[in-house]
Amino acid sequence: MVSERVVLRFPRKLIEQPIIYMLSKKYDLVFNILFARVMPNQEGVLVAELSGEDDNYQQGIDYLKENEVDVQLLSRDVVRDEKRCTMCGACTAVCPTGALSIPDRKTMIVTFEVDKCVACGQCVEACPSNAMKVSLSGLEELGLENI
Amino acid sequence: MPKTYEEINEKIRKGEVVVVNAEEMIDIVEEKGVEKASREVDVVTTGTFSPMCSSGAFLNFGHAKPRIRAQKAWLNGVNAYAGIAAVDLYIGATELPEDDPLNRIFPGEFRYGGGHVIEDLVSGRDVHLKAISYGTDCYPRKELDTWICLADLNEAVLMNPRNSYQNYNCAVNLSGKTIYTYMGTLKSNLSNATYATASQLSPLMNDPLYRTIGIGTRIFLGGGTGYVVWNGTQHNPTEERTEKGIPRGGAGTLAVMGDLKQMNDDWLRGASFRGYGATLSVGIGIPVPILNEEMARFTAVKDEDIVTQVIDYSNKYPNLEGGSLGEVNYRDLKSGEIEVQGNKIPTAPLSSYSKALEISNILKEWIQKGDFLMSKPVQLLPSADSGVSFKSLKERPV
Repeated sequence: MVSERVVLRFPRKLIEQPIIYMLSKKYDLVFNILFARVMPNQEGVLVAELSGEDDNYQQGIDYLKENEVDVQLLSRDVVRDEKRCTMCGACTAVCPTGALSIPDRKTMIVTFEVDKCVACGQCVEACPSNAMKVSLSGLEELGLENI
Repeated sequence: MPKTYEEINEKIRKGEVVVVNAEEMIDIVEEKGVEKASREVDVVTTGTFSPMCSSGAFLNFGHAKPRIRAQKAWLNGVNAYAGIAAVDLYIGATELPEDDPLNRIFPGEFRYGGGHVIEDLVSGRDVHLKAISYGTDCYPRKELDTWICLADLNEAVLMNPRNSYQNYNCAVNLSGKTIYTYMGTLKSNLSNATYATASQLSPLMNDPLYRTIGIGTRIFLGGGTGYVVWNGTQHNPTEERTEKGIPRGGAGTLAVMGDLKQMNDDWLRGASFRGYGATLSVGIGIPVPILNEEMARFTAVKDEDIVTQVIDYSNKYPNLEGGSLGEVNYRDLKSGEIEVQGNKIPTAPLSSYSKALEISNILKEWIQKGDFLMSKPVQLLPSADSGVSFKSLKERPV
């Protein structure tokens, strides 16, 4: 099973075609639309979560690309506002992967290893200084930071 | 040979003072011994940076034309106490906006409160002031709706009734569900522990019997210069102590005061605790004069010498029942794992050790540069022999 959030951009000429219907019908993909903007004679934008079997998902994405739909994966990142972070360490109590940790017990500096972060967001809730934030890249330009 | 405050200040003026931070003092005393260290070192700087709830600021916003005697007032929607004089307010760190959803959707987020208003002010941002009144002959106005900023205020004074706790509980949760406390989120069944002091860097751990820190002591407060103005509320000097004089649990506290206009948002930071509320993280640094061998010995205190109690925040704490699940020291707490009742559990700090160290170094620099002189307290705080202790409320039928 794969489940990914994607930003799909449809060129004007595709607006009248049942592309999403085909994703469901031919590739058995479940889609949950998070945002859609389709205006006459303009590019259409759709933000959706697509889920399905691995093969089907890949074929579905290929199908979109063949039809000149621009497909962008929506990545969910947790970022640390270095100015707001007070290095208290409260986040290390909840981080499940050790991305936020205190490797040097003499200086007690709190490090953030982005590679280990799975963007679960628990630190966002635990941080007293509001220094940890979830950022969904690809959405800012659509003015949709909050979905 | 004991030193006096005057002698130390003379050295500061001449640029000959020897200042070290409380971490460095440990090694110096270990290497040279107490006697030699007490001769060579003049001042040991300490620091702490932690959420400190009993904090707030007095503001005088100036008279409006026509005049108003503010009866009720709000800063960015957060209620500020107006029962002082016409245009004086006190904004408390834990006050919440009138329309905050609180814990109605549990656990509440508490993203904004009095501590954040103070942070906004100290950052120089505009803050929305709203005030109402009933109108009098001398103060006819009934409503005020405007913007204020720190620079425009007549006075803005940080006045924190209880800061810099000498030691604090280590918090755990024995219950079967996650709890949300001022000690952070505590997972069920003893799955984590939190603690909140700067341990060996902490001001009152380096002067455990309050020999030099008293009323009038000049300190680093929120990035500016402040003063100890009284003992803090809940000051409990008679708490049981170790042989070295270190209290085994929460003991002494300080009331501190300083000009908010000198401070900055690096050292005053609004804070939110999920499910609990909002508060203010405060940076404090206190210099300890090494007047004699006793002070050299005190300031050489190490994490392993400082112990605290492990307290259950699911039942014992909320119900005001005593009982510690065990005693742990700060070397172990800082290692990231402690053992409680045979269970190894991960620990996390709420107080920033690295920022505490930064504060102790800033204060060291101020003193070395001659910008900051030591002040002899005009009165000492009640100490271990004072008989003063922290009482609980005795409720009486009404």
